[in-house]
Amino acid sequence: MSDTKARIDEIVHRHDVVLFMKGTALFPQCGFSSRAVAILDHLGVGFETVDVLQDPEIRQGVKEYSDWPTVPQLYVKGEFVGGSDIMMEMYEAGELQQLLDEKQVAKA
Amino acid sequence: MAMAAAEIEELIRAGIPDARVEITDLAGDGDHYAARVVAESFRGMPRVRQHQRVYEALGGRMGGALHALQLSTATPD
Repeated sequence: MSDTKARIDEIVHRHDVVLFMKGTALFPQCGFSSRAVAILDHLGVGFETVDVLQDPEIRQGVKEYSDWPTVPQLYVKGEFVGGSDIMMEMYEAGELQQLLDEKQVAKA
Repeated sequence: MAMAAAEIEELIRAGIPDARVEITDLAGDGDHYAARVVAESFRGMPRVRQHQRVYEALGGRMGGALHALQLSTATPD
């Protein structure tokens, strides 16, 4: 496992809910990242964010880690869930809350 | 580096022959699109996998030439 991959692996397993995004939860730098944060805020779940703009290796590495070409990317208990479109579809269908419940993720 | 809507549709249909593809130019700037892709071959696939099939069809352009593609996928009713 490459160093970057090992780092990402460690991050997504250290926190229950991790969002790799552009910018921070308070100051998202991209509309898609902003939408992803809004969904998680709305669900009232605690989450960790990683700003890929601060780390080119993570920015590239996370795309390879999940075989997913874009950021944001959501992970729950170490498992890749999807990008902002999937988050929105799942949120609207109630599936995101269901996933958090199934994985026994605590509210913030 | 923007892509035309017709080009996006063509790539998706070439990669997923049974797909029905609708492209909307969200901002009218040839750079922010929404795509709805409906394909029988998606049936039984988790959503992540369905989106990955579309990204595969776009052959690495996603995140590059195509910055903003809002994607939704479904199987026919």
